[in-house]
Amino acid sequence: MDISKYVLAFEDCDLTMVGRVGGKCASLGELLKAQILVPPGFAITTEAYRQFLEDNSLLDKVNDRLIGLDDSRIVEVERASEDIRTWIDSGVLSENLEDVIAEQYRLLSRRARIPALPVAVRSSATAEDLPGASFAGQQETYLWVRGVDDLLEKTKKCWSSLFTPRAISYRIKMGFDHPKVLISVAVQKMVRSFTAGVMFTLNPATGDRATVVIDSNWGYGESVVSGEVTPDQFHVNKITMEVTKKTISDKQIYYTTNPETDEVLKLDVDPERRRSQSLLDKEILELARLAKIIEKHYGKPMDIEWATEKTLPFKGEIFIVQSRPETIWSQKEVKPVIEPKASAIEQIVAGLIKGRKVK
Amino acid sequence: MAEVKFTSPHEAETIPGTEGWERMYPYHYQFSTEDPERKKYEEGMFWFYDGLHYPEPMYPFDIIWDEAWFLALSQFNTRIFIVPPAMGIDHRIHNGYIYITPLPVADPQEIPKRAELFMKRAGYYFQNWDRLHDQWEVKMRNVIKKLADLEIPTLPEMEDESVVTEGLGISSGYKLLRAYDDLIDLGILAWQYHFEFLNLGYAAYVVFVDFCQKAFPDIPLQKVTQMVGGIDVIIYQPDEELKKLAKLAIDLGVDEIAMKGDAASVFKGMEASENGKKWLEALNAAREPWFHVSTGTGWYHHDRSWNDDLDVPLSAMGIYIVKLRKGESIGRPTAAIRAERERLSTEYRALLKSEGDLQTFDQMLGTARTVFPYVENHLFYVEHWFHSLFWNKVREVAKILVDFKFIQDVEDVWYLKRSEIKEALWDVVTGWATGSNPRGPLVWPKEVAWRKQVMEKFREWTPPDAMGQVPETISEPFTIVLWGITSESMSQWARLKTITEGDLAKIIGFPGSPGVVEGTVRVCRTVKDIGELQEGEILVAPTTSPSWAPAFQKIKAVVTDVGGIMCHAAIVCREYGLPAIVGTGSATSRLKTGQRIKIDGSSGEIEILG
Repeated sequence: MDISKYVLAFEDCDLTMVGRVGGKCASLGELLKAQILVPPGFAITTEAYRQFLEDNSLLDKVNDRLIGLDDSRIVEVERASEDIRTWIDSGVLSENLEDVIAEQYRLLSRRARIPALPVAVRSSATAEDLPGASFAGQQETYLWVRGVDDLLEKTKKCWSSLFTPRAISYRIKMGFDHPKVLISVAVQKMVRSFTAGVMFTLNPATGDRATVVIDSNWGYGESVVSGEVTPDQFHVNKITMEVTKKTISDKQIYYTTNPETDEVLKLDVDPERRRSQSLLDKEILELARLAKIIEKHYGKPMDIEWATEKTLPFKGEIFIVQSRPETIWSQKEVKPVIEPKASAIEQIVAGLIKGRKVK
Repeated sequence: MAEVKFTSPHEAETIPGTEGWERMYPYHYQFSTEDPERKKYEEGMFWFYDGLHYPEPMYPFDIIWDEAWFLALSQFNTRIFIVPPAMGIDHRIHNGYIYITPLPVADPQEIPKRAELFMKRAGYYFQNWDRLHDQWEVKMRNVIKKLADLEIPTLPEMEDESVVTEGLGISSGYKLLRAYDDLIDLGILAWQYHFEFLNLGYAAYVVFVDFCQKAFPDIPLQKVTQMVGGIDVIIYQPDEELKKLAKLAIDLGVDEIAMKGDAASVFKGMEASENGKKWLEALNAAREPWFHVSTGTGWYHHDRSWNDDLDVPLSAMGIYIVKLRKGESIGRPTAAIRAERERLSTEYRALLKSEGDLQTFDQMLGTARTVFPYVENHLFYVEHWFHSLFWNKVREVAKILVDFKFIQDVEDVWYLKRSEIKEALWDVVTGWATGSNPRGPLVWPKEVAWRKQVMEKFREWTPPDAMGQVPETISEPFTIVLWGITSESMSQWARLKTITEGDLAKIIGFPGSPGVVEGTVRVCRTVKDIGELQEGEILVAPTTSPSWAPAFQKIKAVVTDVGGIMCHAAIVCREYGLPAIVGTGSATSRLKTGQRIKIDGSSGEIEILG
């Protein structure tokens, strides 16, 4: 059989496949096409999800449960959510589906030369790219998943995360058709992040498109994404590739893993590391270089999650964990920053009359 | 931004022991409370210290250039081009330091009418820029030639017989008075021309800067300047001449002699051989006009030119000879600068989204590039070439005052106002004509001694950054470009104060050229000290000028007391890719040679490491 119906390596994903592999996996595939280093992994397709629902006779059952639901009646929505999520979490994968996913996982483990490779399992929603529908962060992420059983269980959890009360309400409010909203799952090698964070290919504070802004903290990017910590911030001028601003913050907590148990830990940052710069200057510049490539590949401002891994002393690698289009400034109407004039002299007169604000 | 408050000019500090200092300067420069209307006006304006031009207190004679630009800048804004929202810049002096304030147009209703006139008048200049600019150069060279040819007559015991045989009908006494008038006149004229294009140049530049900062809120001013900065500008020429002479010395095999350092031994050594003579010919050709470059800004009489002290360029040339012998390149990386300028403009342009912005960017960049060479070049003609010759002509006049015992030393003349010199010359010539004793020797030596100690007290005093009321907006192009008066600089001033009082390990200036380096300080108070620079040190200087150029070959960064984004140190450092922090106010007094510092040319921060 053609396994690509159910699983697809990131290398084989691209932006035309959002319907099959979701926005996140499609985007990771695009990054690989742009020669950007991303942790290896694969997508469990929306078809796998649909097949699972079918195999467990859940297709109609789920839809029926949602019919006539009113998003303003929170308790009813919560009850429906609980029912559906229980059905999905306790569903059984067909032997065929299980084999295909397990085989792909073993391949990935072999490729990484780590038995029972620790992976991150994340939902990759197909609705994410609908204009204005920012589902980002609404679905689940599971870190340090190890072994086939764990992977299958977390996959189901990701599927069922499509039916959190918030997601259900949102779809009702926006008038989206529940049966048409499918979900894919990204299975990606865990990066033992030394530092991680997010970056924008424009300055989110000013909209300046010549600036890359990088937020960074020790450990996993989760502390930055969730806003639990005030990260270090670095500004790089894209054109001159100079670090134009460094704000070193007091970084109080970070996420890491217990190397024995692979358990994710939230720890206090050691006092001497709290106020030290979490990225080397050359890493800042390398990230900015990647940001430029990614923005160019997509042809629009991007919002990117990244991580550095330091498995050996003095040797580090930078990974892009995911990227998506920036939504705030990019959706602003394009209009001239100053009113165009027929000639330079008219422009000078207008400028002189306006003057400079001093207070 | 937090409210920044400054004291009223009428409550400004007075210095004990300087009472009566006001008579050293023109009467209309005083802040005064006598007339209620004038008092109210002075209180209501925003007066800021022109530390950019005057890092030290004003000598009574040197104020001539302040008066000259007081008139010239203001007349072009107000009466000639009719800058729509801005009148001129008013001047005052306090404890020897110049304070200035831009005047807005009082009645907003006037602005549209003025705009119409400005479009017509300034528009004519922009449209005919090249032709008018060529014409300017002819006029300016003419003024300089007249100054060079101006003879300061001495007073003979008896007039030559030709006065009789040719029926001249005038004496050397009259000629001296007239020569002094001509001298002053030429100075004022040169400054009229100085501003003919400058207001328009700055106006075009300011509008381009504003556009870039709106389109790219994070853009460093340095980058805007780099996009418009000229490449074939003459401020680099004196330095280029030195490089040529260094190369020629090696080619002719006379580099050993050229390295002797002091001019007298170089000349003596060169005279002895044919090749040496050839080299001297080249040197003499370069001296006119390029060695008229000042070793300072040209604004003060003590800023001497290379021609005044040939030891300066000759010892600097040694740096180039050493580099050439090692096979190192000393050329300006003009191709790289040009390429970088194009890359910056192209890449910033590519980030613009709307058709309208692309059009504005092209218009304003084009205009700014047309006008910018003037903005950079006029300095050589006026502040360097003209001023260097001018100060020496005044010294010739001073020599006569010394001869008649009005002053003890030529260099005392700067303690007299130019109107007082005229009066003193009348005293001299009438005494000479009559055969009586002039009164001057009884008056001036005493007065000069008193003024010298007043100036010393002024020097020890720190002038406040500003006085009076901060306005809502400023429209006057010079105020924006030269002094960078913006809400940021106001807070910077406030910040400077707190830092001076608090964290002594930090000094802050204006970011002149980006880059972060750590290094050893070398304080050079004058260009003569640059011989002491060691490879890789950080140069700390009051200011730099084109004659400092050879120093930039050795150092890894520059810090200056005085200057803004357009000053010499910032321009040259951006060219060579060295970090620069300018306008720190006090780096030469707070930093010591041998100290380790870390400087960040993007933030303007200097950290003292030890």
